[in-house]
Amino acid sequence: MLEVIWTTVRLATVTTVLLILVSTPVAWMLARRRRWWKDVLGAVLSLPIVLPPTVLGFYLLLALAPQSPLMALLHPFGIRSLAFTFTGLVIGSMVYSLPFAITPIRNAFEAMGEGPMEAAATLRASPLDAFCSVAIPQARRGFASAAILVFAHTVGEFGVVLMIGGAIPGQTEVVSVRIYQLVESLKFNEAHLLAAGLLAFAFCVLTVIAVLDRTGKAP
Amino acid sequence: MTRGLEAQLSGQVGTLTLDVSLTLPPSGVTALTGPSGSGKSTLIRALAGLTRLKGQVRIGDETWQDEGVFEPTHRRAIGVVFQDAGLLSHLTVRGNLDFGLRRAPQPHTIRFDDVVDLMGLSGLIDRSTARLSGGERQRVAMARALLAQPRLLLMDEPLASLDPESKALILPYLQALHQSLSLPVLYVAHDREEIATLADRIAVMRAGRITSMEDHAGVPSLEGRSRAEIEALAQAALDAGFRPRVRS
Repeated sequence: MLEVIWTTVRLATVTTVLLILVSTPVAWMLARRRRWWKDVLGAVLSLPIVLPPTVLGFYLLLALAPQSPLMALLHPFGIRSLAFTFTGLVIGSMVYSLPFAITPIRNAFEAMGEGPMEAAATLRASPLDAFCSVAIPQARRGFASAAILVFAHTVGEFGVVLMIGGAIPGQTEVVSVRIYQLVESLKFNEAHLLAAGLLAFAFCVLTVIAVLDRTGKAP
Repeated sequence: MTRGLEAQLSGQVGTLTLDVSLTLPPSGVTALTGPSGSGKSTLIRALAGLTRLKGQVRIGDETWQDEGVFEPTHRRAIGVVFQDAGLLSHLTVRGNLDFGLRRAPQPHTIRFDDVVDLMGLSGLIDRSTARLSGGERQRVAMARALLAQPRLLLMDEPLASLDPESKALILPYLQALHQSLSLPVLYVAHDREEIATLADRIAVMRAGRITSMEDHAGVPSLEGRSRAEIEALAQAALDAGFRPRVRS
């Protein structure tokens, strides 16, 4: 059981770190001046919220399978397939949680407005300097929300990991899938233990977000 | 002789057509006044490189803007004080003051301790910017602008958002600033007391153009003067062609 929890925590941590890195420049671009194509891009990036996880998982499985065009590109690097691997699971989790990372960071950048960046420019900070020393620290609550949401969402995902993970013990078997398997084999006591653990985890996450929100609004 | 600021800027911003030719001496405060929407803030932003207009901007021997040249804001040695102070909220007072100072090229002719003394900030230095009054915020903003070692100081109605008491408290600091600086200052203001106290020259802007530019009769010190005398000085400014916006 510990192995399953470890795989889950590892998956959520790696997904969170990589997704924050990928989402930051995208969120910044979306938060700056409005352009029609940004609304379209925003809609595409939000698709994982409304798509059934099985639909997303199905397309990801096709993309990560040996015959896919994406894998053909990776053949020269000795990679033939990422389906049913931990790396594949990380990619799937990143796509699945993308909107949960981008939205809070983008909102934080938008709430900041142009003022602080202009002030930084008048104080001799180059755009990249101002981005690192002003925009990121000022949007820190957005980053905290994004990290918590992505971590929690990854821990809680089921459909996508079931489709592309294959529940290989020690590699791709995570808590949510194990609960499903335990219930199928009528091991209710063990299922209870894991389910109650996830319930407590979800409660803690929402409490932390509520506290963050409140301290953010305090004068 | 060292040259001050020479700027010719023109262009369309929203509904405003700006067409300005402005020359400032190497030191002294030029009050920029005129009705709302006449382009004062746009001119300040264009000089800072925050709004892009066509034309030339030169300060001393440096060219900030010309045909094929446009130095971005962070490469212009400017200090800007915005109406809302524009303090960086994630930093303390010291963090704000250090921000420009650390990035300014050596040697620093305007020193940290001097500016902190001049602006009376020594008691506030480790405070969070959220815990400053309106007047204190503006003093920090002015000190911060100076510490960026500017060759041109731009102030866009720095006192407009303050109540009369805070204004009265901050004016002596501005006066001290005026007396200790040797760089051109462009100061957008409506208030006659501010102008009477600070300005060496008054430029009036209307519909995107500077319509008059007059030397102010000396810099009158407000020390020991009665309110009536200050009003008289302001009246003199009015007679010299300055037309303030009527506040409701």
